[in-house]
Amino acid sequence: MSFYDIYQEAKNIDFEQHWQSVTDNDILRILTKERLDAADYLTLLSPRAADFLEPMAQRAHRLTVQHFGHTMLLYTPMYLANHCANHCLYCSFSALNKLKRKKLSLAQVEEEAKAIAATGLKHILILTGESPAHSPVSYIADCVGVLKKYFDSISIEVYPLSTEEYAQLVAVGVDGLTIYQEVYDEEMYKHLHPRGPKRDYRYRLDAPERGCKAKMRTVNVGALLGLEDWRKEAFFTGLHADYLQNKYLDTEIGISVPRIRPNVGGFSPKVDVTDRHLVQIILAYRLFMPRAGIAVSTRERAELRNHLIKLGVTKMSAGVTTEVGGHSEKDSAEGTGQFEISDNRGVDEIKQMLLSQGYQPVFKDWQCIDGEMPGESV
Amino acid sequence: MPNNDKLIIGGQEIGNRFFTGTGKHASNAIIPQIVEHSGIEVITVALRRVDLSSPQENILNYIPKQVKLLPNTSGARNAQEAVRIARLARATGCGNWIKIEVISDNKYLLPDNYETVKATEILAKEGFVVLPYVSPDLMVAKALVDAGAAAVMPLGAPIGTNKGLQTKELIRILIDEIKLPIIVDAGIGRPSEAAEAMEMGAAAVLANTAVATAKDPVLMARAFCQAVEAGRKAYLAGLGPTRDVADASSPLTGFLD
Repeated sequence: MSFYDIYQEAKNIDFEQHWQSVTDNDILRILTKERLDAADYLTLLSPRAADFLEPMAQRAHRLTVQHFGHTMLLYTPMYLANHCANHCLYCSFSALNKLKRKKLSLAQVEEEAKAIAATGLKHILILTGESPAHSPVSYIADCVGVLKKYFDSISIEVYPLSTEEYAQLVAVGVDGLTIYQEVYDEEMYKHLHPRGPKRDYRYRLDAPERGCKAKMRTVNVGALLGLEDWRKEAFFTGLHADYLQNKYLDTEIGISVPRIRPNVGGFSPKVDVTDRHLVQIILAYRLFMPRAGIAVSTRERAELRNHLIKLGVTKMSAGVTTEVGGHSEKDSAEGTGQFEISDNRGVDEIKQMLLSQGYQPVFKDWQCIDGEMPGESV
Repeated sequence: MPNNDKLIIGGQEIGNRFFTGTGKHASNAIIPQIVEHSGIEVITVALRRVDLSSPQENILNYIPKQVKLLPNTSGARNAQEAVRIARLARATGCGNWIKIEVISDNKYLLPDNYETVKATEILAKEGFVVLPYVSPDLMVAKALVDAGAAAVMPLGAPIGTNKGLQTKELIRILIDEIKLPIIVDAGIGRPSEAAEAMEMGAAAVLANTAVATAKDPVLMARAFCQAVEAGRKAYLAGLGPTRDVADASSPLTGFLD
């Protein structure tokens, strides 16, 4: 049993019929329920529910404050390399694109770490392009060894690994995994990934579960919004998160809601996911999974991110560059980025913005506790 | 109230029986205000949030010196992690009190009693004053006594729910049977619920979400302190018995005299 079995069943739902049958009363009834099931979640993603964004927002805000308080975890991504073996049609890193390819040495990783640590951030997300040849697990582990001196929590967003490989990284100090399915629709997935190891839909789909089995503390899933019908993609993402949360109770499950951004390949999204759509996804997800994390990246513009804070978001990136080496060598690294960001604010600006909204920016929410401690005898 | 009605934990007297936490506040700067206006003496802090390297972000800098620090092992998923966090807390200068939180359920945030007992046993032997957070269970509480716990902290309802004393009957059994202080922790949403726990004989109450998410956290903390004090006085005073029917003014069996 894996999420693939659930996807196989869920994809046969008559989505249009369900959404057309939704009444205002259905939505009002769901808004009074204490626990929502998958059918309720699907209903909240319906076109009719779009007329109920305000009451959904009020409830989402209350639930988020109840479970997370007036706090926001801040983190930033660090790109280690942009070499990639895949031909994804929508990504700048695709092997098809002419891009300045780069991989940081351990000394450069340390320079990046120093630059980020100087901003006060303690949580970091390290990324590579999907090239096991250029960025093998041993390289990622070596980088973690350097980064541990500067950060309390290290997450990875890299190509899908085996359970054993994830466990290797957990053993050296990685505590979080982010891996997006990109698109849950299996046919579209094949279309968008014409060549490369990423073409293996099932191996990618099961990667978050392998991360849970390897004892990652946090696992984050998501669909790249714009590649397919967002209502269905958001539904499958929520089902995936729910499946993982129910099966791996000791792992903190979260989702991200990335919208596709301009990229080197010039790919145009198939579906326009508007701000209203994004808000509906976030609200529906918060009501469905009150305790799950929701991350919003700098793919979204500053003004929108400011407004999303009170709608259920619990994690935000700050001081972001998608360039390899972009934190410490801004000039020389240009042209190696994955996508254009929309919110260029530095960590201090994000911090001040959160404070002005009555939120506490949280720089540290976990501390890697591996390694030797005197007198230990558990 | 008798002058000698003091709560003693780990050899230390605690006058104010309402404990609170530091999580979920919009700003750490509110913590000194809460202490100043409510006289709170014990505050729990998640070591996962303590950032010693940054004076501005270090939550410990916001906790007044006269307050007893109760670091907790929030984030621990098993006994081993809880033990390591406790040791880190002590090494960090947070003292030797530790609230054991072992939670391996991220859906409801229910404590893992089995792992909690294991962690308590190890840490008590190492000289910690251990306050374990548990689901109320008599056998577990007895095991915690044997393991060397300084108090037992049963939940009133799952963390953050503000649903009150849902586990009332089980907590009542712990109060009756366990000779350690029983501190009701988690789920308490209203001062009246805190008062009810105290009327039952709880030694203290800890609430964080109810304070941190109130419109006026400082005022809410005061309200909790007053409710806890009132509940304690009621307990000491001895509550009158409850009756199913009113006392009959004309007894029906009077003719038997």
